[in-house]
Amino acid sequence: MIDITVNVDEKLSLNKFEVDEENAHIKIKEGVKASDPEFQKLVMCCPAALYKMPAEGDEPIFDYAGCLECGTCRMICGETILEKWEYPQPTMGVQYRFG
Amino acid sequence: MSDFDAIVVGAGCAGSVAAYTLASAGKSVLVVERGQYAGAKNMTGGRIYTHSLAKVFPNYQEAPLQRKVTHERISLMSPDSNFTIDYAARELEEAGKESYTVLRGPFDQWLAEQAENAGAEFIYGIAVEDLIIEDGKVKGILAFGDEITSDVVILADGVNSLLTSKAGLSKKAPAIHQVAVGAKETIELPADVVESRFLCNPGEGASWLFAGDCSNGIIGGAFVYANQESVSVGIVATMSEVLKQDIPVYQMLENFKNRPEIKPLIAGGKTVEYSGHVVPEGGIKMMPEIIGDGVVVAGDAAMLCMNLGYTVRGMDLAVESGAIAAKAVIKALDAGDTSKAGLADYKTMLDSSFIMRDMKMYEDAPEFLENCPGMFRGYPEMIRDIMTPLFKVDGEPRQHVMKLALPPVKRQGLFKLAKVAMKGVKAL
Repeated sequence: MIDITVNVDEKLSLNKFEVDEENAHIKIKEGVKASDPEFQKLVMCCPAALYKMPAEGDEPIFDYAGCLECGTCRMICGETILEKWEYPQPTMGVQYRFG
Repeated sequence: MSDFDAIVVGAGCAGSVAAYTLASAGKSVLVVERGQYAGAKNMTGGRIYTHSLAKVFPNYQEAPLQRKVTHERISLMSPDSNFTIDYAARELEEAGKESYTVLRGPFDQWLAEQAENAGAEFIYGIAVEDLIIEDGKVKGILAFGDEITSDVVILADGVNSLLTSKAGLSKKAPAIHQVAVGAKETIELPADVVESRFLCNPGEGASWLFAGDCSNGIIGGAFVYANQESVSVGIVATMSEVLKQDIPVYQMLENFKNRPEIKPLIAGGKTVEYSGHVVPEGGIKMMPEIIGDGVVVAGDAAMLCMNLGYTVRGMDLAVESGAIAAKAVIKALDAGDTSKAGLADYKTMLDSSFIMRDMKMYEDAPEFLENCPGMFRGYPEMIRDIMTPLFKVDGEPRQHVMKLALPPVKRQGLFKLAKVAMKGVKAL
């Protein structure tokens, strides 16, 4: 992969989120490795860069907290490595002010 | 006896217009929206063509639209050049033909307000979990553990509609060559700065679409829209195509923003939001069934969207489909038959509207773009190789235009180009 010069977390921090600490609305299946080609697809396509490669080892890094609820991962991996893709619980998730 | 005549799922363009139309006809309507307010989960590039909105709301100019688009800009971008067409025509500013840049947060709240004023009820902050289906007929919804019943449910729950498949109207998710991922930054700038940078009069704005290196040569593109006091900058790329190259979507957007052609447009601006969305770009072939027993589908949930490269439409289709769906539902309610057969008018009216007329007409556009990789890598470079010698003055001997233009064209293949042009003319 090419050089990443952008800090997406910084961009996400500009958004208004109600983070649901109790409940992950998206889950990766147990045992999926970062090197799994399906996981690689999400690294490339998630606009929020929530699917990340680990600095070392093969454990995938994923955090649902900054999810933009676009559905890209659902469409690419909903039938493969995602255990679930749901909308966040009531009143949770991103709240676009501009959209 | 149902709790409501109709339940609308989703308070976007299709949902709120459907609710407004139903409520205005005296029907009892409940809109269930999972965002804390209308628009909270919605995002557009974006620009709305207002012809269909104007039919529903003669007062549409009171809506919080951003700027009337008076400049259509299209660019073909190579790694080190950018060729732009800037088109302005008074006719494109006339009522019924005009378009506006738009931000969905304020706009969707206005739409919902119109529906509410007409008598529709709204519940916010709750997602519809499931449909109540009895003997194959949709009888209502299940939301936050509560069963709410209605004679008809209108699914306007967007491109990620989980309910169309639950209603048996679609498969679980579209194929990834039919959908694109979009990412956008909203960047605040004072109104006069927007106007001077986009060469627009006060209240007027520009739409600017880019193809080529901005998506690293894959099918997709970038956009810049001039809003009232902000600029929307974003990238859209077909999902299956993103997987063919090595730049993640979020980095594509960053690279685009850093282009020397784009940087001065947004310099000094403050990014206030970062948003993402999926765009259904597969055209008519990816549409679900739009009618079932007790249920109809409208807007993005029905995959009503058209990307022709130079024109991108979704919201005008959503507005019209919401209005048409509501009219069909009203008729079915009045006739006392909300079965699939009773709702059949929705399809008839949709078919004879501009929606299906245009969806059919541009049926081949998605495949044309899929089979035309040169548009994204090849043609932008060809144009550069023609244009640069045209403008280059370096003391070396000059050549006639014909001699300059022919070699780059030949590199793409004259016959091949002619074939693509023919296909393009047919598909677009």
